[in-house]
Amino acid sequence: MVSDSGLHATYLGPILERHGHAAANLLQILCEAQEYYGYIHPDAVDYLGAMLHLPRSRIEGVATFYSFLHLQPQGEYRVLFSDNITDRMLGSTALMQQMCQQMWVEPGKVSEDGLLSINTTSCSGMCDQGPAMLVNGRAITRLTHQCVQEIGMLIRNRTPLVDWPSDFFVVDDNIRRRGPLLDNKLEPGDSLRTALALGTQNIVGVIQQSCLRGRGGAGFPTGLKWESCRNAQGSEHYVVCNADEGEPGTFKDRVLLASYADLVFEGMTLCALAIGATQGYLYLRGEYRYLLEFLQFVLQRRREQNLLGKNILGQAGFDFDIAIHLGAGAYICGEESALIESLEGKRGIPRNRPPFPVTHGFLQQPTAVDNVETFCQAALAIQMGADNYRAIGTPKSAGSKLISVSGDCPRPGIYEYPFGVSVREVLHDCGAVNTRAVQVSGPSGVCIAEAEFDRRLGFEDLPTAGAFMVFDDSRDLFEVARNFVHFFAHESCGFCTPCRVGTSMLKATMDKIAAGLGTRYDLGEIEHLDHVLQTSSHCGLGRTACNPVLHTLKHFRPAYENRLKSLEFKPAFDLDGALARARQMTGRDDAGAHLKPEGA
Amino acid sequence: MSRKLRVATTSLAGCFGCHMSLLDIDERLFPLLDIVEFDRSPLTDIKHCGPCDIGIIEGGICNAENVHVLREFRTHCKILISIGACAVTGGLPAQRNHLDLGACLTEVYLTEPGLAHGHIPNDPELPLPLDKVHPLHEVVKIDYFIPGCPPSGDAIWKFLTDLIAGKTPELRHGLIKYD
Repeated sequence: MVSDSGLHATYLGPILERHGHAAANLLQILCEAQEYYGYIHPDAVDYLGAMLHLPRSRIEGVATFYSFLHLQPQGEYRVLFSDNITDRMLGSTALMQQMCQQMWVEPGKVSEDGLLSINTTSCSGMCDQGPAMLVNGRAITRLTHQCVQEIGMLIRNRTPLVDWPSDFFVVDDNIRRRGPLLDNKLEPGDSLRTALALGTQNIVGVIQQSCLRGRGGAGFPTGLKWESCRNAQGSEHYVVCNADEGEPGTFKDRVLLASYADLVFEGMTLCALAIGATQGYLYLRGEYRYLLEFLQFVLQRRREQNLLGKNILGQAGFDFDIAIHLGAGAYICGEESALIESLEGKRGIPRNRPPFPVTHGFLQQPTAVDNVETFCQAALAIQMGADNYRAIGTPKSAGSKLISVSGDCPRPGIYEYPFGVSVREVLHDCGAVNTRAVQVSGPSGVCIAEAEFDRRLGFEDLPTAGAFMVFDDSRDLFEVARNFVHFFAHESCGFCTPCRVGTSMLKATMDKIAAGLGTRYDLGEIEHLDHVLQTSSHCGLGRTACNPVLHTLKHFRPAYENRLKSLEFKPAFDLDGALARARQMTGRDDAGAHLKPEGA
Repeated sequence: MSRKLRVATTSLAGCFGCHMSLLDIDERLFPLLDIVEFDRSPLTDIKHCGPCDIGIIEGGICNAENVHVLREFRTHCKILISIGACAVTGGLPAQRNHLDLGACLTEVYLTEPGLAHGHIPNDPELPLPLDKVHPLHEVVKIDYFIPGCPPSGDAIWKFLTDLIAGKTPELRHGLIKYD
């Protein structure tokens, strides 16, 4: 009989082999170990610790950081309902309740027979085709009551996922408006040939003249980043593509990866040529796990086409290859230095900056980290030429931008516009009517009301990573903000106290107001918390966590005030009710076993 | 100064560590005592709080008696200060919040040998525990917070002297420590 630790060695051996027994690949090793065994067994932790020379705390520390990794047995089927506000608006809460009742499972717990668990997860990037869920990591979109019932039956019958109806797993691109990027006629290798004709040393110059800025939201000039990275000293240079598209309401990168993968890899290869890198990484968010095999296939094809590998396109010394690393459900890893930590197999905690990744990135070497869309735009800019590219958009925001439209509109999906398009134009094109508010660039962005719909998307006015969530006049903006506040509290990495505690306090305050126990004092507390979060958080997550509340308080204050008790102060919970459990356990019901409301 | 300020202090679900930290202001206690006098406090052993200018509370709220004491302080103190991690966030005692209270009582008094002879104490003299441990500001309005586990004697000194001088207390870098 094989001993338990022997059992774990059997499947961990090949996984370790594939990852070169490198501690830097710990996250990838844990993902694969879990994919095989269902969860990460304590004996597996011991075995990995011995093989990788890592303490148990380091391995468990990583495993507990990522919400898709588990140290306890999970259901054979792990159902996660996407919990973005857009999913909720499409009825995800009722669907989840229905499924829990049908399957006799409490949310967040594994069923007694170990068959399944049902829970929620942060936005899964399917906002244009929600409500969505992940079953064992596979995305299912456009859920209905009937569909959820069928899924329940399939699980009850222990039908393997591969035998489920394939139309469950269809993910549509929903491209509604095309521009220079989505309409490009580039063949694999075209921009690389153009770049080689330009001369390697001129690539950065063309990108700079094209005025390309990062599409992940911050808008840092891409040419400047590549130039700094190229000039930085290091034994290796790295290219990293940030495909950890976690901002609720954003899904453009998913579409680019699914339908424009060549362009993404072409952009990365261009960057490698420009900065002198031989290794690149695509950091793919765990929610997009279903794209992995396809992306591997495209990479392999590009190797065969001599677009990756040694002496690319016959250019002596032009060596570059790309590996894909999977994330495991952590929004914070979209922050570039947290992403690099995660790439190195650690907890995704943002680093102190400076030094910036361009000088001290992956393995402390110069690293260019760019968004999926930025790499595509870079390939396009090289092909079009700097002047033609710069002619699109506005003076400070060159080129086009993909917008992920979701929420209350008949035509959600991907819209490509030149920078400078007004919010009103986008609303018109997606068919939105009676719009009350738009959340631009996700929860960490801005919430704007009707009076501001003539504002324009671009770095001059409304910078955006692409999310565009529409709320019509049937929506309660307080509940929208509360959903976002819950999101930030869940996604705080826990490293710095202002953010770890502050986001939880903000969540508690919003829940107190939602329960009808809020007072004017609590609104003051929110403003105070905002000050603490903005001035003392370690990274952008904490600094922006209050935005949804502040913006909705500014535009939709009555949505809050209607819920307030007009009293000076109210406790956050029912004091006498909090004694009920102790009364039950002790059998007491005397006067001392009760708490009266104050003044009663 | 014409009149000494009256100050009351207490520890609820805390460890008295914040009070120890208050004593860490050392010889500065003497100038402090020139301008304040203590009402209810572990330092005086006065059992109930009278009208006060400043109330300082460490520890969170874990049982019914804590609620009564906290309300007494709120009623009598013009300014109420929540001091230390437990008062501000629930702190260490709040680690029981993810456990069911019934399961805790069962484990301590029924399952484990040697305590209470197999029954959960139900004497009306004993305060009942709340199902969860709460920070103070969830039960009454709190005017000021001093974070830290515990905040240093210097932080407490700076905070109190600011307050007494009529300045909005401000703890700058080095004095404010959350954990």
